[in-house]
Order: sequence, then C-alpha cells, then structure tokens
Amino acid sequence: MNTASPLKSHNAREISYFQAIFEAHQEEMFRDERVVMIGEDISLYARAGILDARLEQRIFSAPISENGFCGMGVGAAMTGLRPIVDLTIASFIYLAMDPIVNQAAKIRYMTGGQATIPIVFRAAMWHAGANAAHHSDRPYPMLMNAPGLKIVVPATPADVKGLLKSAIRDDDPVVVFEDHSLWFRSGPVPEGEHLTPLGVASVVRPGDDVTLVAIGGARTVALEAAAALADEGCSVEVIDPRSLVPLDRPAILGSLERTGRLVIADPANRTCSAASEIAAIAAEEAFHGLKAPIVRITTPDVPIPFSPRLENPLYPAAADIVDAVRRLR
Amino acid sequence: MPTNDSRRIALLRSQLAIRVFEEAVRDQHAAGLIPGAVHLSIGHEGAIAGACAALADDDYVIGSHRSHGHPIAKGADFGRLMAELMGRVGGVCKGKGGSMHLTDHSVGVMGESGIVGGGLPLAAGVALSAKVLGNGRVCLCFFGDGASNEGSFHESLNLAAIWKLPVVYLCENNLYGATTPARSVVAVEDIADRAASYAIPGVVVDGQDAEAVFAVVTEGVERARRGEGPSLIEAKTYRFGEHAEGLMIPVAYRDEAEVERWKLRDPVTMLRARLIGEGVISAEGAEALEAELKQQVAAAVAFAQDSPHPESEAALEDVYSHPIAGGGR
Repeated sequence: MNTASPLKSHNAREISYFQAIFEAHQEEMFRDERVVMIGEDISLYARAGILDARLEQRIFSAPISENGFCGMGVGAAMTGLRPIVDLTIASFIYLAMDPIVNQAAKIRYMTGGQATIPIVFRAAMWHAGANAAHHSDRPYPMLMNAPGLKIVVPATPADVKGLLKSAIRDDDPVVVFEDHSLWFRSGPVPEGEHLTPLGVASVVRPGDDVTLVAIGGARTVALEAAAALADEGCSVEVIDPRSLVPLDRPAILGSLERTGRLVIADPANRTCSAASEIAAIAAEEAFHGLKAPIVRITTPDVPIPFSPRLENPLYPAAADIVDAVRRLR
Repeated sequence: MPTNDSRRIALLRSQLAIRVFEEAVRDQHAAGLIPGAVHLSIGHEGAIAGACAALADDDYVIGSHRSHGHPIAKGADFGRLMAELMGRVGGVCKGKGGSMHLTDHSVGVMGESGIVGGGLPLAAGVALSAKVLGNGRVCLCFFGDGASNEGSFHESLNLAAIWKLPVVYLCENNLYGATTPARSVVAVEDIADRAASYAIPGVVVDGQDAEAVFAVVTEGVERARRGEGPSLIEAKTYRFGEHAEGLMIPVAYRDEAEVERWKLRDPVTMLRARLIGEGVISAEGAEALEAELKQQVAAAVAFAQDSPHPESEAALEDVYSHPIAGGGR
C-alpha cells in the first residue's frame, strides 16, 4: 500500500511529468557521478537548460544505433557506471532486444551472480498520437516475460520522479515505460528528496464494491470511471500497481478479498497483457472469494492504426470501464 | 618488468594451457561428464594467448561462445572453469553459464556472449566506463568472422570510434561460421577492411603466430590507453576440430587438404619450435612445461568431478540482486 502518497504531502508543488523526469535525472546525476545518460538527441537537454550544463560531460548523445548503445549501457553498468539509456520511443525497444533481454536481463544469472547490471532503460509509449504502428506500442508485457528485468509504469509526475530515482539506485536493470500522453500533464510532486519504492502499489481511490486495477495511463480513465460510478452508488477502489515487476500482489489481492470483483484496465494489447497476468494471479489466489468473472479492459490485438478515428477508440476508455462494472453488479 | 625471454615463455605456456585444457574438455565431453554444446579453441591458441598477453592484469575481456581460451589466457583457475563446464557448484558461474559463457570477473573476463555479436556493444560499454571513470583500463573484445556480419559489430565500432573508447576488437577469423565459409558471406576481402568505415586502424595478422598477434594487439592496447580510440584486428586462424564437439555434419564443407594444411601451422607447435630454435627454452624445458600443465589440468578435472552438483533450488537464485516477490530471486 502507498503510505506516502504525494497527494497527501504537505509541501507538494505542481510540475509536469516531463519536468519530473528531468528533476530525477539531474538530482541523481549530481548525487552520484557514476550516473550517465545515453540516447538519441539527448545533448539537447543540457543545451536547452532542461538539465544543468555541468552535466554535459556525462550525456552521451548517441547515433541511431539502439542495439549498439543499449548494449554499451549494459557493458558500462557491469563495470561501474549507472547508465540511464533513453530509447526515445518504446517501439524502438525491439531493435535492442538482444542487449536488453539476452544480456541485461540474464547476465547476473548466467555469471552465477558475479555481474551486477544497474541500468535504467527509459521507453516512452507514444500511443494515442496518430503516429501509427511503428511508434505506438505499449510493449511492457513482452518484457514481463523476461526474468531479470524490473518494469515500472508510472502514471503521475510524483511517481515518475520517485520511481525513476529508485530505478537509478537499483542494482538490477529497470525498464521505465512512460505514457507519453502524460508528459505535459502536471501534478503535485513533493519538494526535495522523493523516492517511490519499486513493487509498491498505490491505492489511488479507496472503495468497497469493485477493485479496479489501472496500468500506466489507464489510471486517468479509471479515475473518471470510478467518479461516474460513485454517482450511481457504486464504490470502486482504484489501484495503480506502478510497478509490474515486482508486482505488489498483496495490495491487489487484499483489495479483492474485500470487494470480490476485479476489473483491470490496461492499454497493452489483450493477449498476454499485464491485465492477463493479474487476472491469472487473481484466479489462482482469490478464486473462492470472487463474486463475478474477472474483466480485462485492454486494447484489441491489432497494430495501432494511423487515423485518429481508428486509433482512439481502441484504448481503454472510462465508458468501457463503467459498462464493465455495471455488468458485474 | 618481465624479460623478453620470460615473456615469450609465458606466451608459450598460455597457448599450451589452452591446448591441454581443451584436450581434457574434449575427453570429458566424450565421456559424458560435460553436458551441452562445447566449442573448443584448439587451433585458436595463438590468437587468444597472443592477444591476452598484451593486456595488464586489470584490463577487461569480453568474448564469444567459443569461450574457454579467453579466461585461461587471462589467468583464471582451471578447476573452477572445468567445474563450470561440468555444471557444478564449484564452477566459476555456479553451473549457470557453462561452455559458451565462461565468465570470471576475478581476472577481468566480464562476459562471453552465446549470442553471436552480442559481446561487441558490451565491450564498447566496458570501455566507456573505463573512460568515464578514468581508470586507464582497456577492453579486449573477441568475436568471430560470423559476428562481423551482425549489425552490432558495425554499431559498436562506430560508437567506439566516435567516442574514442579504449577497446581493441579482435576477430578470431577461423574462416567458417559453423559450416558457412566466411568468403561466401563477407563482402570484403579481409574483415579488417571494415575498419575503414569507422576511420580506425584495421590490421590483418597471422593468428597462428602468437608473437605477431601480441605485437599488433600491443599497438592497439597502447593506442587505446593513450585515448586514441579503438582498433580492429583480424587474426586469421582455423579451428582444428568440428564447430562443436560431437557434431556429425554429413556434408564435407571443409576440404580435407585445407584442414591438413592448417594443422601444419599449429600455433602451439610453431611457437614451441621457434623458442627452442632460438634457445629461449630447451626441448626438455618445453616438455616439463607441458607436463606441469597436464598435471594442473588433471587436478582441475578431479576438482570438477568432486564438486557437488547444484541443488535444484539454486535454479531460482541469482535472478535479481535481492529476491523479489512472486518470481525468481
């Protein structure tokens, strides 16, 4: 459970998700000189004043070589640096599957624990922006199937800052999947040091009738749905897992024990989505307490089309969630 | 500083160590004590020993699936390497890496990639850490002719070149990628020619002549240490055995006469004859060296056979730096 919700913080100010990302970078780069950045077009950040110019020496603005520079990050992590590798857009991760899945995820294990790979891969999911199928994937479920990686899906400025800082300090490879549609939304972020632990869910809205687990950007629509349902007298508990690996099972199962109803909203494609895994855990661990079938609200199994008229209806929407919850009662 | 003679004898010893070790591996594999695929470095000793002799103790090595020679030439313990090949607890990777991944961080061998070409970006990253941390270390990266066709080869050489990283890329070109002749799949005459694309030195060397390899790798290492960037060195060599032990390939993809011709240029025999001829070591001295190594390798085999098999529970360990809920540890 989230006991240190930024929403309850006494000294929070509002900044954007994007600003929160770079606050995290800057704080960690000043705190630890082993932290370096590797990625495409990133020298802009120091030159534009988004990052302190004194950090420029540790910003490696790379050629378009995802396989090369992700693998470079892994080698650097193995020998004393703590790289933050920016993949720019999550769909580009496929070009670096060998360094991420075969190397970063497995090297500690394959070397019998000799290697430590403290690396962060940032992948921004540019869906819902009319960018078509080569720029719009939400590929975190694939990587949930790669043991050795940790995966976070922050949905607020406070969480992206807190999780990114924790990820940079973590001794394992962490992939941070950012929802690009959140980049320029603002929210409260505490002043000063703010760390969000990996593997700890946030109960965003308490409730008693239905457990609604919202992954990444689905948190926004989940809260809209919960508000609409409250007007109908239905009390929905909204849980943002924030971290998919490790996953805060007790938070989800504990809520489900009280509500007996589970809806999961996940912007990923349906088959083997994060929602699928959470549904399976619930079916295995909480079956006898279920009062209704588990429902997954996901994106259908199609590549993302270009036309906004085609694209936008594909993702989980508040109305879909409201309909699903109504059917459970 | 070692005298020139003692250095040359050490080079012979290093080659002999690989040969004697690999012959024992072949026997233990045939006897069923080493499971899985085994790729021997017999025939490659000149390239491996010559290259590693150019390194300081704290320099790094990244290698390939044909991995046994690299840690031997870097001074790893024979017993722990042999135990790894047998999948035992006393193995250098606790039985989780095996033949294609003989990694020993205690001697700077940071990883051996079973994925062809997987090590090249990592080596660039290892060199990046040396540069950023300013520790004066150099990375030597072994790969084969096959890897030079991977995108990772080209991406890594470009990255290492643009940032002048202290890395020496050493191609053990044994003329065949499994059964495919390199001349049928490599567009250039020499793999070293590819260095021109990255404006770095590209040198062809006789891989059967360990002293020639030592000389050119020394130049590459010195250049790297001076901050002038990477080199590409192509050691022309030959594997005397099959691609992997026990493979029965029904087609004669190598001409018998070609195999015999290369065996006349056995790198171990060549250096041994030269050093005896030049009075650097006596014939008896060379025999005593070989006998001593045979004894050490026999002791390594005994150590490995006595090392316990891992408990099945150990399969769940070493996935993460600290155990995480709901998965491997």
